[in-house]
Amino acid sequence: MESAITTRMGDGSLVALTRSQIRAEIEDGTAQGAKRSKAPLLEEAEIEHLVDLFASDARVIGVPIGDEVVLTYDGTGDPQIGSRIEGLEIYQQYLSADSCELYHVDYSYPAVKTIVPAEQQAMKVAQERLVIPVHYGAQPDLGRYSHPDGPCPNWSELLPQMRIDEARTSQEQALEMAIDDIVHVAEAMWEAGADGINIDTAGAAGDADLLATLRAVEKLRARHPDMGIMVGMANEIVLGLHGQLEYKGTRLAGLKPEGQRKVVEEAGGTIFGPAVNVNTSKTVAWNTARALTFIKPCMAEAKIPVHPNVGMGVGGVPMSGFPPIDAVSRCSRAMVDILKCDGL
Amino acid sequence: MPIAHAVASGLNGLRAAGDLVARLEMGRGMRLAEAKQYVADRLGVAPLDLADTAAMQELRGELGLGRYFEAETPHPFDPSPLESKARIAELLDLPVNVLVQRAARAE
Repeated sequence: MESAITTRMGDGSLVALTRSQIRAEIEDGTAQGAKRSKAPLLEEAEIEHLVDLFASDARVIGVPIGDEVVLTYDGTGDPQIGSRIEGLEIYQQYLSADSCELYHVDYSYPAVKTIVPAEQQAMKVAQERLVIPVHYGAQPDLGRYSHPDGPCPNWSELLPQMRIDEARTSQEQALEMAIDDIVHVAEAMWEAGADGINIDTAGAAGDADLLATLRAVEKLRARHPDMGIMVGMANEIVLGLHGQLEYKGTRLAGLKPEGQRKVVEEAGGTIFGPAVNVNTSKTVAWNTARALTFIKPCMAEAKIPVHPNVGMGVGGVPMSGFPPIDAVSRCSRAMVDILKCDGL
Repeated sequence: MPIAHAVASGLNGLRAAGDLVARLEMGRGMRLAEAKQYVADRLGVAPLDLADTAAMQELRGELGLGRYFEAETPHPFDPSPLESKARIAELLDLPVNVLVQRAARAE
């Protein structure tokens, strides 16, 4: 009789499975990922390796010595102790961060635009106190431009009424505003000394949200050839809330990580962060196998570094306020071992 | 969570040479293997050494690249962060934006 192994569900809760059950979870995770993404299944050797990782009884696991990767973040320096800048210093001094990211709690480019001088001041101080590179990050947050928060008619209200053309026109208006705001904030933070700009959860409000991001990246790249520009995605498949938007001939609705990476490269991004969301009712092993299946096709021909998102609720990491270290370290190692990614 | 990732797969940041490799990925869009080799060549070490805190702390001190400090390992005469970044820019032949912006304002 097989012994039970302690592992996790996607919500972080403990569950006991046998090695055979863990294998079945991984096989189903890659099957579901392949079915949804049209990507190949993970190979047998990769599945066996994942089984070994998730069947290990070690509390913490890590990559082989020499296989370490660069860590980037979407927001660091939570001011539990002291100021935001002291939070960044804690990441540098105690958390071994390879980079860090200054951010405002309202993680949104249109929101930050109204307080740019204060953010520039914070970046100035951060640059004087830190050696590791400092990103400035926020979200495109296209929904913020729609009623009742913004000036554009709310496409989420128009679409159920079948007012398709009006919904599309509204998104087209909003994305032009978003481009202006992203470029305004990014240039201001660059001028204050930021080492790079992070446009995070791109595509969260659908294809128009991603198009705003790509056109902002294109503008920034043209004006600032040395600017580091990281684009982190919101989900594994771009939602077609508009449905007809294209970037340089590529339709954005329905794009999966491989296609997302290509348009980010075309626009001029320097780091791409694919995101695959977690199903909390499935195990961490299932979710990790599914995420790997989605992301793997975007690795081979990448021209820029790929940093899969492995934060709370993405990339297999449990959707929990405090993701357990056993689950996180397994997701971390699985991404590096299977994808040969450039960072996380 | 940041601790878990740092322990499982990170390059150890300022404790080793993770920040230097990160600068190449961020600023040049260089992929990991190439960035590691580039930094290793500039430092005169092997790529395997880049995450080695024991090896890199001493080297960072010698080159003035900034390093981790605590009560038992004070470095009161190490360069400031901005001075360290100037040395990193020179070592990597890579512009560090805050220094570029400051120089432009001084003109």
